[in-house]
Amino acid sequence: MRTAIFPARYKSLDDMRQFAAQAAKDAGMDDIEVYAVELAVDEACTNIIEHAYGLDKGGEIECTCTAANDCLTVILRDHGKPFNLSSVMEPDLSSGLEKRPLGGLGVYLMRQLMDEVRFETLGEAGNLLTMVKHKGRK
Amino acid sequence: MEITNHHYKHCDLISLKGRVDSYTAPQLNEVIAAVTKAGRYKIVLDMSGLEYMSSAGFRTLLVGQKNCKRYNRGEVVLAAVPKRIYEAIELTGFTPLFKIFDDVTAAVGSF
Repeated sequence: MRTAIFPARYKSLDDMRQFAAQAAKDAGMDDIEVYAVELAVDEACTNIIEHAYGLDKGGEIECTCTAANDCLTVILRDHGKPFNLSSVMEPDLSSGLEKRPLGGLGVYLMRQLMDEVRFETLGEAGNLLTMVKHKGRK
Repeated sequence: MEITNHHYKHCDLISLKGRVDSYTAPQLNEVIAAVTKAGRYKIVLDMSGLEYMSSAGFRTLLVGQKNCKRYNRGEVVLAAVPKRIYEAIELTGFTPLFKIFDDVTAAVGSF
């Protein structure tokens, strides 16, 4: 298990991706799986920065990665406004250019790239976003 | 991320190198906006040097495409898209919205 705390700013995204990517590599994941973990963590942290904290408001994101039983679990904890992912509608991916929505893509990608995505809010202990990826499951 | 822009007679070639995420996507947006503000709407994005692109980058592409295609003024086309980035673009259902060329020469030649 490894944990790191990052400032909730877009500038930290590179470090957050690298932290999660290293955990995925150490868990024995292949390049495609490592990229999927990087992308899902980026999208999740972007949402926390934008919606939980509000841009430029500050705050921190605690990232914990645990590898066990052929899967990697990434837990992101923040202390911002609860942002429940299940409230995000799936974007209509079949609509034409003019009607194509600009939002909702990040959450959609997280759900596609990871095998499990769960959100829970723990009051003063913050909000937890748990994402699980199994090794070798495409 | 590094961005270079080359102005050809029939189109603009914007080459991307590095990583596009929520932090760097505004840079890309600015470069595309500068081209369209100058009244040019035919854009090739050379993605051969790109290592990573998140949905923030996809959104920027979508905004650029909407702006360029409006009133049949032009189009944004993608060239040399690395496999992993292509797969993510495909996952978001964006592939029908962009012409995608294997190499830059073919993309520039399409205009």
